[in-house]
Amino acid sequence: MTKAERVKYLIIGNSAGGIGAAEAIREVDRAGAIAIVSSEPYHAYSRPLISQYLVEGRPLQRMMFRPADFYKEKNIQAILGQEVTGLNIDKHNVKLDDGRSIIWEKLLLATGSSPIVPNIEGIGLKGVFTFTTRDDARAIYKFLNQYHTEVRAVVIGGGLIGISATEALVKRGVKVTIVEMKERILNTILDEEASFLVEASLNELGVEIINGHIVSRITSFLPGRATGIALDNDRPIPCEMVIVAVGVQPRTKIVSETGIRIDRGILVDHHMATSSPDVYACGDVAEAYDFIYDENRLTPIWPNAYIGGRIAGFNMAGLPTEYQGGTSMNAMKYFGLAIVSAGILTPPDDSYEVISEKHGHVYKKVVLKNGLIVGVIFSGDIEKSGIIYNLMKNRVNVDTFKQALIADDFGLISLPEEIWRPLLEHTSPVTPSLATSDKQPEKMAIGDLGLVSGR
Amino acid sequence: MGRVYIKKEVCIGCHLCELYCQLQHSRSTDLIKAFKRESMRPSPRLRVEEKEAVSFSVRCQHCDEAPCVYACLSGALTRDSKTGLVKVDEERCIGCWTCLLVCPIGAISRDTAEKKVLKCDLCQGEDVPACVANCPNEALIYVEVQDESHSTEGKVIAMIQ
Repeated sequence: MTKAERVKYLIIGNSAGGIGAAEAIREVDRAGAIAIVSSEPYHAYSRPLISQYLVEGRPLQRMMFRPADFYKEKNIQAILGQEVTGLNIDKHNVKLDDGRSIIWEKLLLATGSSPIVPNIEGIGLKGVFTFTTRDDARAIYKFLNQYHTEVRAVVIGGGLIGISATEALVKRGVKVTIVEMKERILNTILDEEASFLVEASLNELGVEIINGHIVSRITSFLPGRATGIALDNDRPIPCEMVIVAVGVQPRTKIVSETGIRIDRGILVDHHMATSSPDVYACGDVAEAYDFIYDENRLTPIWPNAYIGGRIAGFNMAGLPTEYQGGTSMNAMKYFGLAIVSAGILTPPDDSYEVISEKHGHVYKKVVLKNGLIVGVIFSGDIEKSGIIYNLMKNRVNVDTFKQALIADDFGLISLPEEIWRPLLEHTSPVTPSLATSDKQPEKMAIGDLGLVSGR
Repeated sequence: MGRVYIKKEVCIGCHLCELYCQLQHSRSTDLIKAFKRESMRPSPRLRVEEKEAVSFSVRCQHCDEAPCVYACLSGALTRDSKTGLVKVDEERCIGCWTCLLVCPIGAISRDTAEKKVLKCDLCQGEDVPACVANCPNEALIYVEVQDESHSTEGKVIAMIQ
């Protein structure tokens, strides 16, 4: 048996969360050994860029999330292409595929999520793909390259992944049909109006969208290969390929026998710490605080993964830092149509107030509850949406100036001076001055983006 | 790195900061050529806001904890560890606009033709940013900040076991 390696920090996952943590650790602790383990054999890459891979075969070098010398420069041991096969919390030990064993002092679970694959007939056929990793994009890319005639694809699921896949496929000249179970595409991150804007632009490109149906089976008239699907109403749709994009689920399997608390994802507190000492979690696998719902929720999006990782990293390195919370938020740019959204877009009852404005390609909507912003959608004119998002995040009561939020000339100047002035005077947020000394660092005082101190 | 501070009391909303920002970021940096002959009129990396008698200009603050850097999907937005500047690598920017949604002051704009973001770079290579140098009313002030305050890498505490 090989001798166990020892590291101070072990990070499982080499995407936004893992990298965010590693970078934060290195801001505080330049010397402690860091190892990052990932089942994917690649240098950290930007997952959203798999669309570009599919469109143009973009090389890994142009998908990389950090420079090529990142691991060396940060003195991080990258163990890539290795699955974690065992986790022993009491012994602070993980086992890898190749038999290696690593002992850690602090562990971060940034294992992400995996696509949900419904168990329907024909799901194992050739030509059926998921679309969340570089390898997925590569498989589809190669598949398409075999064809010299028009390829038809059915995309199951009209969420972010399904629409991103659709956009890339359309650019590859594929004829796409989207099958969405609910009444409209992007129903969790857009309101009806904005969903229809996207639908209209997809329709213009020849994409057929079938709402309110599910795919009941994938059909095959050729041995082992998908040749079509059948809807729940038995309508057949012939196609050469199927993309399964019905959602993602946290990859929690690694902790299933450890006693670490799981709800839908691994539960973490304001320090991104799990129920087990010295073990942290972030990103898609974690169920962390959502400031809109005031409870822990899954928000499987890239920016929240990075910031959650950053908070976890600081805490792992001994710098107590709190997560202000995140919420679902997305920027979309499908076929030139720019839409940003965050929070609650479709009020569940009449205790909410909606103010909106629509003219031409510009659509703006702000959802309020008790004077606080709980949701925002901007389309077309999106430059100032960040001001609104931050008012929402910082729980600023906007009741006295709410109408200004959707005005054409909205800007910082539309806000009371006591709100805009600090934003332009560098008075807040302030980074801690971590003097070079051997003193324990004070609590971090960072205001604005997910980091809040001393609550 | 320095920082630009505004004095709204003396800003008259003349938009010269905007104009000189455009000029500084044009190809020719010649006023007539930049505005009359270059195929793409240069875009300003700041904006002037006005409401009644009040006005001021808004540009990237190069925040210590920069939300745009943390939200960037492609790794195009980074903090320069030497200068502290929040900068965008145009080669890597994919124009996803996520940074626009997280910027608390709306300081990032879109170059829709190139599908890249545009933001203030404090006019690298100049002693003082063009907006400050050309403000006729001294409504903009450029203040050098101490080296230690922005570069996180430089203020690391060695927490060696």
